[in-house]
Amino acid sequence: MNPALTFNYHAVIAIFRFEMTRFARTLWQSLVTPVITTALYFVVFGAAIGARMGDIEGVQYGSFIVPGLIMLSLFTESLNNASFGIHMPKFTGTIYEVLSAPVSAFEIVLAYVGAAATKSVLLGLIILATASLFVPIHVEHPLWMAAFLVLVATTFSLFGFIIGIWAKGFEELQFIPMLVITPLTFLGGVFYSIDMLPAGWRTVSLFNPIVYIISGFRWSFYGTADVSIGISLAATLSFLLLCIVLVWLIFRTGYRLKQ
Amino acid sequence: MPSPPVISISALGKTYASGLVALQDVDLDIHPGEIFALLGPNGAGKTTLISAVCGIVTPTAGSVRVNGYDIRRDYRAARAQIGLVPQELYTDLFETPWDTVRFSRGLFGLAPNPAYLERVLRDLSLWDKRKDMIMTLSGGMKRRVLIAKALAHEPQVLFLDEPTAGVDVELRRDMWALVRRLRDSGVTIILTTHYIDEAEEMADRIGVINKGRLILVETKTELMKKLGKKQLTLHLLEPLTAIPADLSGWALTLANDSADLEYVFDASAEQASVPALLQRLGELGIGFKDLTTRQSSLEEIFVSLVSERQ
Repeated sequence: MNPALTFNYHAVIAIFRFEMTRFARTLWQSLVTPVITTALYFVVFGAAIGARMGDIEGVQYGSFIVPGLIMLSLFTESLNNASFGIHMPKFTGTIYEVLSAPVSAFEIVLAYVGAAATKSVLLGLIILATASLFVPIHVEHPLWMAAFLVLVATTFSLFGFIIGIWAKGFEELQFIPMLVITPLTFLGGVFYSIDMLPAGWRTVSLFNPIVYIISGFRWSFYGTADVSIGISLAATLSFLLLCIVLVWLIFRTGYRLKQ
Repeated sequence: MPSPPVISISALGKTYASGLVALQDVDLDIHPGEIFALLGPNGAGKTTLISAVCGIVTPTAGSVRVNGYDIRRDYRAARAQIGLVPQELYTDLFETPWDTVRFSRGLFGLAPNPAYLERVLRDLSLWDKRKDMIMTLSGGMKRRVLIAKALAHEPQVLFLDEPTAGVDVELRRDMWALVRRLRDSGVTIILTTHYIDEAEEMADRIGVINKGRLILVETKTELMKKLGKKQLTLHLLEPLTAIPADLSGWALTLANDSADLEYVFDASAEQASVPALLQRLGELGIGFKDLTTRQSSLEEIFVSLVSERQ
């Protein structure tokens, strides 16, 4: 390696490719399972229950839940992919090689989080394509939709990366995704608009950060939102910033990475 | 003029958050092209020292330079020159040897070089296994994969942490031959080991570490000469009841029911004392039917050094 090199792009590519190979090796678990699960949501909520529901904010119920379901998968997969991606080398001990390589913290994060986010975006697009087989879909702001997809995938992959470093075992690895993010997501307006809730519960829902993310993403599809798009964007960017600061602190202190 | 050290460790210290002092004030220079063996009992600080040089553990004091590059300030240039083979078999079990060495080369910032990687795998007898999953390989093969990974980026310095721990005798011999070949190709080798015979067999210089302190660094021959003991055993024709007073000038003891007379002396001591002893025995009419000599092994020297400082 050239000592003057300031960016180790070979390392970024190596880690990125390693992670994508792992994704390809576990394609059934990584891709097919979430797609089947989402398809079942459409069958149950779109066809069976959705047929008995009226339109929400002028959008057919089956179509209304599409952005929320994509976000649900995006959160789960981003967290799982990124946390598992960094936790496994820690668990098996192979992290020694990354820590002893001429790689900066930024390059490590870029590679691991970039790979996890790429997988999640890919999954989101596949779910979108799957959804279009069941219900009519209209994307009013495609650029915003793509931007939200990338932004949320990156943010939650960063969050997953933090969880992967923080977790001491597989139980802790699943703790936040299963017991915090999934309930917040289900209560965050995936299947309903928070305007449908009684006033008190609506106010409570506004403390759920997931509401802002799902609302913003849904706005990019149908132009309607529970909260203004500016607030949604600000909330998502704030969470991204918080994750960046936490990752910076982890590498600065070596927290649970280096002794 | 001697070559500048390839690794220069100065006043290195490491105290873990728990308060455990793993390294204290370690000074050490490693010369280009040498095989340096670091000996020490369990928990002496061998792995911590290696980990600190390689960037896995953050030192709390002192500095390390690799070919002049500071491991903290110039970490990219410093780390690029080091290969590390860890003690444990840390491998990606679902990868193949070929993919994992390609990964290692990229990680260390080098462009792909299939011809070089093929040579490394062939040298380590891994070429035929290059497409097999690592999980299907034997323990010895997995250890070779780790060596191949460490060599994938053409390092100038190779750290081998307990390279033959838990491997059979034949593989140990193979490993030793491999280490010599690497040294002959210009790679500087630093190895830690529990097996004293391994250090005795391979090392040019030996460092002994105990309780985080480097207590001694010597060339192997100097160490044996300075600290080694020689023992002369005379198998007597007739057992002695006591050592005659005329022999008080030699540190003699009786052994084997007084049938053997033993004389232990420093390996570096004046060798003339032995002929003088034999001559004196002849004068006193003490005959012997046979004699044997032995020199203390590195293991005995090591045990003596470590126990002296307990």
